[in-house]
Amino acid sequence: MIETIVFYIFAFSTVVTATAVVTVRNPVHAALFLVLTFFTSAVIWMTLEAEFLAISLVLVYVGAVMVLFLFVVMMLDINIARLREGFVKYLPLGIAFAFIMLLLMLNVVTSDIFSNEAMLEPAAKAADYSNTKALGSVLYTEYVFAFEIAAVILLVAIVAAISLTMRKRTHTKFQNPSEQIRVRKADRLRIVKMPAEGE
Amino acid sequence: MIDYLTSFWLSLPAELQFTVYTLIKVVIILVPLFVVVAYYTYAERKVIGYMQMRKGPNRVGPKGLLQPFADMFKLMFKEIIIPTNSNRYLFIIAPVITFAASMSAWAVMPFTDTLVFADINAGLLYILAMTSVGVYGVIIAGWASNSKYALLGAMRSAAQIVAYEIAMGFALVGVLMAGGSLNLGDIVESQSGSPWNWFVVPLFPLFMVYLISGVAETNRAPFDVAEGESEIVAGFHVEYSGMTFAVFFLAEYANMILIAMLSSLMFFGGWLSPVPSLIGDSIGWLFFKTALFMWLFLWFRATFPRYRYDQIMRLGWKVLIPVTIVWLTVEGVMVYFKVGPWFA
Repeated sequence: MIETIVFYIFAFSTVVTATAVVTVRNPVHAALFLVLTFFTSAVIWMTLEAEFLAISLVLVYVGAVMVLFLFVVMMLDINIARLREGFVKYLPLGIAFAFIMLLLMLNVVTSDIFSNEAMLEPAAKAADYSNTKALGSVLYTEYVFAFEIAAVILLVAIVAAISLTMRKRTHTKFQNPSEQIRVRKADRLRIVKMPAEGE
Repeated sequence: MIDYLTSFWLSLPAELQFTVYTLIKVVIILVPLFVVVAYYTYAERKVIGYMQMRKGPNRVGPKGLLQPFADMFKLMFKEIIIPTNSNRYLFIIAPVITFAASMSAWAVMPFTDTLVFADINAGLLYILAMTSVGVYGVIIAGWASNSKYALLGAMRSAAQIVAYEIAMGFALVGVLMAGGSLNLGDIVESQSGSPWNWFVVPLFPLFMVYLISGVAETNRAPFDVAEGESEIVAGFHVEYSGMTFAVFFLAEYANMILIAMLSSLMFFGGWLSPVPSLIGDSIGWLFFKTALFMWLFLWFRATFPRYRYDQIMRLGWKVLIPVTIVWLTVEGVMVYFKVGPWFA
């Protein structure tokens, strides 16, 4: 009973916030609505007893990815008027794509794979069931190969991103902290002896 | 009368009874927390005062003991000024987010082996997630204020938290490798025995990393560039006054106490006694250890000058993260060979 109410509240707010992400005008507001969408979907996962996935969704997407996103969006001076240009021009194409997407989704969602008979309500787990442990044991035994490949792909992406931004910038000024730490009194300070100045 | 009340209580539906019980438990945790926060601000001013050869607050009440209440009433009756051209709703919501995140992290905190509000399996992960949500309050406050200083403070805070959260997460990975659980109560139980069994012994570098990133995560000196009075006035909360400011303040101090308590739970055996033969395990030990770490925060503030922004980034990315990676490898080897009393 309560689970159903919780589900409907958060499912409804997921849909509302997800719609708001693409409809609000201010990009910062859009990013914040995306954060809220992640949060509400995490709650829905939580009601499915997938606590590890729910918490890591908050931890990774809300806590790290979206912080960086907001960081960038706040720094950029986005000209909203220019973004809104050509709305009418692209509208027919947009509607056509939306229609095709809707048809495809309806086709998938109404198929037998997602029917109520195929997707039975999962049985409630015992109190000592640990979602984290279950996921970990599957991930590091059955799917360890796929897991390692995903890790390597991410590593390649990191290396690629860093190598794209690594360039010699001769005009920038920067401090060398280790040099600053190693500095001694003799390097900076010189005591001179001079006669006292008379009146 | 009492009979009537009991029968009325029993006639309520079970869900309502559960909700009321839960709310009472929340109050039992949060009210003492607020009192501790209030007197922590007093202790901060006193301790730093004595460290700097002055007395600190000494006028309101005996020895200035009523100072926190004077501050509280002052903040409560001050006007909340919302800057023109600021984003009204986000401006008000920002302190609420910070406050809610720092309070909700306390839900899984175990005080003894039986005294815990929500004994969930993924407790450690939950705390890490909740503390990382708190940064949104800071970022939103900085952006919604429509002020240069506030935006600069928010930017600094966002970069700093992203950098230190990775180090903090890795340090916690070390703890859960040693404890074999994400449940905080189980982590403490696996340190039982003597002080030699506490995780600070095999995981000392990770403990240092955790403590440093904990200070950075709470935006405390010497990592308080997000506030940076000397260059950006008060950083992200420069436009906040009255209760909205007080809520930020409360959240910051509650977070400091949270980090202090987590350090004592994960590395110093929580409620386990250091002298089991003399005094048994009790909640008092947890509070004692937490108080030591809380004092450490004040000591830091009185001792260290503020880091420069680039130094903070360098320390986070180039020092703390490599240290954790190296020590996780060492720990992996120790786990494999079942070293000492910790990984046996």
